[in-house]
Amino acid sequence: MRQQAAVAAKVFIQRDYSNGTMCQFQTKFPSELETKIDKQQFEETIRTLNNLYTEAEKLGSQSFVEGCLACLTAYAVFLCMETHYEKVLKRISKYIQEQNDKIYAPRGLLLTDPIERGLRVIEVTIYEDRSFSR
Amino acid sequence: MSQIQHAVPDGPMRYTQICTRRTSCSSPPTSSSAAGTEPPSCPGHRGRTPRRKWQVFPGRNRFYCDGRVMMARQTGVFYLTLVLILLTSGLFFAFDCPYLASNLSPAIPAVGAVLFVFVMGMLFRASFSDPGVLPRATPDEAADLERQIDSTSCSKPPPRTREVLINGQTVKLKYCFTCKIFRPPRASHCSLCDNCVERFDHHCPWVGNCVGRRNYRFFYLFILSLSFLTIFIFSFVITHVVLRSNRTGFLTTLKDSPASILEVVVCFFSVWSIVGLSGFHTYLISSNQTTNEDIKGTWSRKEGKDNYNPYSYGNVLTNCCAALCGPLPPSLIDRRGPIQADTPQTAPQSNGTGGGSYAPTQLHSHMCDQDQCIQSTKFVLQAAATPLLHSDPVILPPLPAKPTSLGGPCAYLGPAQPTLPSCAGDVLTLRDVAVDSHCHHRLHLHHLHHHQHFVSPEETPCGTPQGALPCPAHMHLQHPAPQVRYDPVTQDSLHEDSVRGLVKLSSV
Repeated sequence: MRQQAAVAAKVFIQRDYSNGTMCQFQTKFPSELETKIDKQQFEETIRTLNNLYTEAEKLGSQSFVEGCLACLTAYAVFLCMETHYEKVLKRISKYIQEQNDKIYAPRGLLLTDPIERGLRVIEVTIYEDRSFSR
Repeated sequence: MSQIQHAVPDGPMRYTQICTRRTSCSSPPTSSSAAGTEPPSCPGHRGRTPRRKWQVFPGRNRFYCDGRVMMARQTGVFYLTLVLILLTSGLFFAFDCPYLASNLSPAIPAVGAVLFVFVMGMLFRASFSDPGVLPRATPDEAADLERQIDSTSCSKPPPRTREVLINGQTVKLKYCFTCKIFRPPRASHCSLCDNCVERFDHHCPWVGNCVGRRNYRFFYLFILSLSFLTIFIFSFVITHVVLRSNRTGFLTTLKDSPASILEVVVCFFSVWSIVGLSGFHTYLISSNQTTNEDIKGTWSRKEGKDNYNPYSYGNVLTNCCAALCGPLPPSLIDRRGPIQADTPQTAPQSNGTGGGSYAPTQLHSHMCDQDQCIQSTKFVLQAAATPLLHSDPVILPPLPAKPTSLGGPCAYLGPAQPTLPSCAGDVLTLRDVAVDSHCHHRLHLHHLHHHQHFVSPEETPCGTPQGALPCPAHMHLQHPAPQVRYDPVTQDSLHEDSVRGLVKLSSV
């Protein structure tokens, strides 16, 4: 009989504002996860996410061209085209999905996509250890 | 996207079932791109149960076209802006353009038309977009933050600021009592819309919305193009009148084209303010500051020798590019997303949804700190029974007046009675029994309507000094009505204060 896993605790990885208003998350390893997952693995995940967000907000030639084009077309171009930021957010969602499937769910953890929390936090849900219930 | 249960096998894996699929579809393309461009036709569907997140949005915004359009509550001045622009441009095209096109050049009305379309487009985009509202913290997040704050200090009240070093400059992050988050740098809480907005510039009544990170460029392009349009119309109307007067005389010209006078007057008075504003915002963009920061003098040299703007890129061109051509972040509030049963809801209240006004009747139970609520309410009810309560009233300095300003615990008072004495929000006083019962009566009435409006001004009074007490009759948490919707945002902090206050009073 399968049951929904019960939530034991939630850990919140807060934003790191030391580089300004860019979307970056703190890479400090929370103590609650010490027994659950390898520190390197976790930090790697957060670092990759940070890099992806940097890419989304990057002020490069691509965003410049996109911005100019949008302005000239009175932003009507976004009716048919996704912005660069949105494209990267989709990649981030996929990455988090992958990480959850491969690494976090088997350890009883679940990462919530920060966009669902308004890019404020990365919510890590720790599920109850059911090993003793069998 | 339907919820797919990801079944993790038993055995060496200890967890029977963890759902790894996202429960809600994020639809940023629809919400950000649809909003602000020509709003599509509004579907007339309005159910009694809220289906989309905008219907339970906690801020004081109005939503139209099923969540695609988002504006502030007070939109009167926006309509004035619209009327002025449409009227002046309309009169220009109707009365002046035929003469100018035939006698000077047909390019004049063409350029005028392009400018006009651009101005309207930017106005709609600035007015209808989400300015960069930060969604409020989920109950779990809020609880986690509270724990962190309390654990870091033993002094009461605990400090609600965090210091962060940004590019060598120390910036203080303030805790927002309404949204239960530490505001990111440059974010500010708009008291009119009751939302924290990223990179908050100002609340513009002319545009009927806040100006923040997501719509600043539209606002700037609007005022810039409007300056050009105003100057364009002004100069060509003058040209038209002069040319005509040379032929037929001034008075005949005025008789033939009376609208020109109106246009000249409107343009003359607007050009100063609009061009001035454009110039000011050009300065702000080039130095990468917000109106908020400039007014407060946050980065002025006067504050200190080492005070500089850490967000500036150092170079005017880069600053301009960043503000105008930088990446446009999508809306964080997912207005049109479907409401999930298990999606953590923040403090839900009904928001005034304008044209397609919707009064949600769905009630949400809110996970507040139940024990604390119950405890403090017990204290309050006990204290209410003692004569100490009717001693000297404690009055706090009133907060800036708002049209429908009502206090937190008085959240059940509807918007139609702005003259009702408001407790806890603007002025906290100890009231006598008669008013208590009056409040009770109103409270009871409004339970039937399930309307809720509440104001929480910036730097709310939740951290108010001891002795601040809400109207005891308004502690409605113990109300027996099965469907109680209350706003725990101010409740929690007020509870703490009321407990402290009462303990003090009772010890006298």
